[in-house]
Amino acid sequence: MASTREMRLRIRSIKNLAQVTKALETVSASRVRRAVQANSATRPYAEKAWKVLIHLARQPGHNVLHPLLAPRTEVKKILVVMISSDRGLAGAYNMNILRFTQHLVKDLPAPVSYVAVGRKGRELLIRRRADVVADFSDLPSPPGFTEVAPIGSFVVGDFLARKYDQVYITYTNFINMIHQEPAVLKLLPLSVTYKDEKQPESISATHRTSSVFTYEPDQNEILSGIVPRFTALQIYQAILSSQASEHAARMVAMRNATDSANELIQSLQMEYNKLRQALITNEMLDIAGGANALASEERSV
Amino acid sequence: MPIRCEIVSQDRIVFQDDVDMVILPGTAGEMGILPNHAPVLTLLKYGVIHVKNKGAEEFFTVAGGVAEVQPDQVTILADAAENVAEISIQRAEEARQRAEKLLKEGAGVSPDVYLQIQAALRRSHLRIEAVRRYRQGR
Repeated sequence: MASTREMRLRIRSIKNLAQVTKALETVSASRVRRAVQANSATRPYAEKAWKVLIHLARQPGHNVLHPLLAPRTEVKKILVVMISSDRGLAGAYNMNILRFTQHLVKDLPAPVSYVAVGRKGRELLIRRRADVVADFSDLPSPPGFTEVAPIGSFVVGDFLARKYDQVYITYTNFINMIHQEPAVLKLLPLSVTYKDEKQPESISATHRTSSVFTYEPDQNEILSGIVPRFTALQIYQAILSSQASEHAARMVAMRNATDSANELIQSLQMEYNKLRQALITNEMLDIAGGANALASEERSV
Repeated sequence: MPIRCEIVSQDRIVFQDDVDMVILPGTAGEMGILPNHAPVLTLLKYGVIHVKNKGAEEFFTVAGGVAEVQPDQVTILADAAENVAEISIQRAEEARQRAEKLLKEGAGVSPDVYLQIQAALRRSHLRIEAVRRYRQGR
């Protein structure tokens, strides 16, 4: 049986641990909020940009599709952007997105290369001998748009250079604090459909004007300007959603850790008290025994 | 009849209101937009957007973007936009000096970084210029 001193030390170290996990939990909670806020702040731009895209795609005489919108007949190589976290301690968050991505990749018709966003995902992919062509890790939380924009230009550049014929992004969709779900989005070629289930009704329903637009400079150049921005924005939104999920997952993981630490402390404390009491009782018995012995000796003298 | 003007950047709504006139820095030159303008889609360059409303005038810097003009609406999708009244001249000046210094030293940096610094320099130039020209009472 452990000595009381050892047990005291053990209880103290678990208490420290509980404090750390509790602090991490609180930090994660506020980070979730910030990421969610940042995500909803991108909505107006996304909606307006989508409106303009739909509009352009709907113009009469728009037969020749822009290279960023045109599906390619032959798909030889595919790029997948996978968003994970830089740090662990987030429960099954990173494994979930990895498993989801690998499952998705199995059904794709061509060999796949990866862009890793997040250190954990990069390590997991490399360990599985996946072809990681780029790595964007150590993003701040939440990131600014300018910090994410390079991912977009990388993806668009390689797509236009015909290194890849399709580009997907896998990320974790933040539903609520206890529910996050891996999801996939096709980034390129961008399919501008009039009615996209993913986009709310209000967006696709606007712009009924049939009047013909003037373009300055011309349609294609405007598309060249707006599609890469839209792609970058989609990546940005995916990252923000993933970060919200990551922090939520971490929060739950840390709460569980705190709870079990507290349980452990309780049972250890109980054991410690019992041990301590037993020791005291033993001492009392010794003293009482000694006193009795002395008393009986005195009487017999 | 006023025209609706909305300026949004990727991370926020910079401005939205009904106004009398908007002047945009299009790639093909400045464009004045009044209500009932013919529909236009245009790319924007680095420059200043003027928004006129009942004699008052507001100015916004814009670092490129796309603008969509409808008879009753102007939507500006800006890469970065700021109200000139909100710009801190001191910070902009510091940013410019930083960028200039980096460019001078920057013989060894990669082309990407060089372009980034150049863009930063252009942005801070634009800000400083905009504040000098358009801020009232200075």
